[in-house]
Amino acid sequence: MAYADQAENEAVHEPKSFFTRYIWSQDHKVIAIQYSLTAIFVGLIALILSGLMRMQIGFPGSLEFMDASAYYQAMTMHGMIMVIYLLTALFLGGFGNYLIPLMVGARDMVFPYVNMLSYWFYLLSVLVLLASFFVPGGPTGAGWTLYPPQSITAGTPGTDWGIVLMLVSLAIFIVAATMGGLNYVTTVLQARTYGMTLFRMPLTVWGIFMATVLALLAFPALFVSAVMMLFDKLLGTSFFMPAIVSMGQALDHQGGSPILFQHLFWFFGHPEVYIVALPAFGLVSDLISTHARKNIFGYRMMVWAIVAIGVLSFVVWAHHMYVSGMNPYFGFFFATTTLVIAVPTALKVYNWVLTLWRGDIHLTVPMLFALGFILTFLVGGLTGLFLGNVIVDVPLSDTYFVVAHFHMVMGVAPILVVFGAIYHWYPKVTGRMMNDCLGKLHFWITFLGTYAIYFPMHYLGFLGMPRRYYSFEGYEFIPDSAQDLNAFITVAALLVGVSQLLFLFNLFWSVRNGKPAGANPWQATSLEWQTPQTPPPHGNWGAKLPVVHRWAYDYSLPGMKADFVPQTVSDQELQRRRSREQVGGES
Amino acid sequence: MALAIVLILIVVASVLFHIYSPWWITEAASNWGAIDNTLLITILLTGFFFVVITLFVVLALIRYRHREGRKNSHRAAYEPENRRLEWWLMGITGIGIVAMLAPGLFVYEQFIDVPEDAHEVEVVGQQWQWAFRFPGEDRTFGKSHVRWIADNNPLGLNPDDPAGQDDQLVLGNEVHLPLGQPVKLLLRSKDVLHNFYVPQIRGKMDMVPGTVSWFWFTPTRNGRFEILCAEFCGIGHYSMRGLLQVEPHAEFRSWLAQQPTLAALLQREDSTPEDPLLKRGRLIAQQQGCLACHSVDGSKSLGPGWKGLFGRKEKLSDGSEVLVDEAYLKRSITDPADQLVAGYPAIMVAYNLASADLDALVAYIRSLTAATDNSQGSSQ
Repeated sequence: MAYADQAENEAVHEPKSFFTRYIWSQDHKVIAIQYSLTAIFVGLIALILSGLMRMQIGFPGSLEFMDASAYYQAMTMHGMIMVIYLLTALFLGGFGNYLIPLMVGARDMVFPYVNMLSYWFYLLSVLVLLASFFVPGGPTGAGWTLYPPQSITAGTPGTDWGIVLMLVSLAIFIVAATMGGLNYVTTVLQARTYGMTLFRMPLTVWGIFMATVLALLAFPALFVSAVMMLFDKLLGTSFFMPAIVSMGQALDHQGGSPILFQHLFWFFGHPEVYIVALPAFGLVSDLISTHARKNIFGYRMMVWAIVAIGVLSFVVWAHHMYVSGMNPYFGFFFATTTLVIAVPTALKVYNWVLTLWRGDIHLTVPMLFALGFILTFLVGGLTGLFLGNVIVDVPLSDTYFVVAHFHMVMGVAPILVVFGAIYHWYPKVTGRMMNDCLGKLHFWITFLGTYAIYFPMHYLGFLGMPRRYYSFEGYEFIPDSAQDLNAFITVAALLVGVSQLLFLFNLFWSVRNGKPAGANPWQATSLEWQTPQTPPPHGNWGAKLPVVHRWAYDYSLPGMKADFVPQTVSDQELQRRRSREQVGGES
Repeated sequence: MALAIVLILIVVASVLFHIYSPWWITEAASNWGAIDNTLLITILLTGFFFVVITLFVVLALIRYRHREGRKNSHRAAYEPENRRLEWWLMGITGIGIVAMLAPGLFVYEQFIDVPEDAHEVEVVGQQWQWAFRFPGEDRTFGKSHVRWIADNNPLGLNPDDPAGQDDQLVLGNEVHLPLGQPVKLLLRSKDVLHNFYVPQIRGKMDMVPGTVSWFWFTPTRNGRFEILCAEFCGIGHYSMRGLLQVEPHAEFRSWLAQQPTLAALLQREDSTPEDPLLKRGRLIAQQQGCLACHSVDGSKSLGPGWKGLFGRKEKLSDGSEVLVDEAYLKRSITDPADQLVAGYPAIMVAYNLASADLDALVAYIRSLTAATDNSQGSSQ
């Protein structure tokens, strides 16, 4: 705890000007808000793009500008923004930044200046990405997986400028994520306050910590593939480019391997799924525990499950490539590892529902979203067993079953957690509650709407409808009723999309008009709710760092009137409270 | 309580949807009905877990939800962990996993184990059309490489390889296969990734430039089945369609006998080099993606085929008729919605081509008619 000593003795230093406080800020909380608002902003763009795509699928030809190029560009940007620039940035840069120092009792991230740079690099990557909408040819339409050779040859939209900006933006994003990631890992390992052992940390910190480790190990694979593809595109190298004849022209490449790119991409891409999922697992564990007024069931197993999933996530990547033309014997290995990963994942689901059992379940807005997550994640996890099992994947791969699966498991499920977590921690960030009624309305439309979108979509996949099709006109094996279902899905999707305005309104309106929250409105045990001021100021803890005496889940301790005991309460203090209650009770 | 009811409704609705859904797997037309069995096992097992876990949540909500203002409001139990229970649950999950994985791997083993008597057919993909090759009498394919691709050698076969001389080429989107005989498809691509996918066959595999991938199946049902591309391959991906006809052996043999050999194609060498204007038009048609929707062999696709189009009278969507001449073709390219041919979807976008490019493209379209009908062509 040498770092805690140092943090204790150094004077807390406060930025003076508006500029250093809110713009070039080194405060992890301000950086977290900058990250979150930027991520939500690009997320809205991706949401609008998805609405445009759904219009074309549900009501073909209804939007005049939605030609095949525009459709594929919208599809690509929607996927890339949602996975990287929204979810990764929001969970790590947003929630990680805000919660890690507060939850482990640190004054700030260990390297505040690097942390600030991380945000500005992230913003730069977003600007480069958005710039691609305005260059000749528009953004790349290569699909978010950017598979070469198609991503850099004629015949795909945006192969002149769009793909270059995309790759440059990814590289900048990875620089940003690395600077942030080093901070989060070091802060968790080095800057915990007195008494905060690793096994007293809330699962939120464990989830984000492990996700950050994955990010630091996985993103380099994407970085090198982006750089290599840039070389192929701009310098004429042949890392991923074999000799081909594109649109009747022999290209000047030879000897490269398109499958090499896929291996590199998914060596990043599969851990990426868990970079998004593990923080969601952590956050939702804490939401469920707090609002069920019960300790998370099987805390230690939950931690080990996070670690096991993190490690296993590096040996399953080729389950995205069962029909890629790689050596078919790989299928045995990757199907086995993929289904093994289901065991720790299932354990997490069991422990969430066992936490509810014999709890005192408060159906608050954050809890509603957490429960919605359980159901959505359950469906998404179970359909993963179809796609992980190599032979079952063969007919389903590249169909709408895949689209439905990954939207359930890494689209809707994590987004429900994001909403739940925002409703939950908003009072700490702003000092005010978000509106309850609007929150519940937002929950019901989002939860039921997304289920109505994605559950039936699996059946279009069973039928064999391929994904990434601009139009299904004239395919005889697809019955006309499939078009009706697609129209229904589009209506549901537009409804869900528009209903997010409820959330946005609530988010901004409540900053000034929400009910004052007090320091600990949910009566939670973990450290961030015990700050001397709400919202916490620069330096978080005032003169003295908090001292931790217990784990983060002492809810409904037997023999106590209050149903929660904060982590800062010592055993002696607990004894005193108990005897005081007993005296009070007898008199 | 509302949530508990809604969760029950979701479970019931999901199960009913599954039972009554009109959207379901197509009838299998290959030996891979076993894949459907692994799918059904997976649906049953995962469906069981889905129902049980959701109903458990419902039960927890009904029994343990907080009731505001109730006098005898309960208190949550303090229950840090239960290792035995956790290991039991993991054990049960493990058994479920094995019950899905074991049959899956068993069938997969067959999927990659090609029978001795399988005959080989090559499939070649390019943006956005298919071509096929049969090995001929010697049952051996000649070597191929993109550097040998030429106008009279579109699949890039080594012209000097004796094994390739009798290879039969199918330069169109339709292929026939004999019923009941195992076939190993050898898949390759001239340009980008594609994927050979026939829903009723169940199998699919990417086609990767620079390498040859494969999968095998036995057709078990006569009929015509659509071939789809299932790996994103650019702007025309969605209309890269082909046709697989499965038929009795005799009919297949007579179809195959009509397909030209490589030797025959190479002899058909054009004595006159290609007109530069027509070549330019052909390249524009390829680069702009026209060929994704307009065939050059006259077959219908998303748009009218070009062979035989010029000089024909077409019925328009508003009921009137138009003669396809130079002016009409140009108008259709720059403003396709204006005079749409009846029976085709209004999905073509307006192309803004330089006027020299437009001339070349129209000349190319016109040449496709002229080449087929010399008498008419010379009179033009």
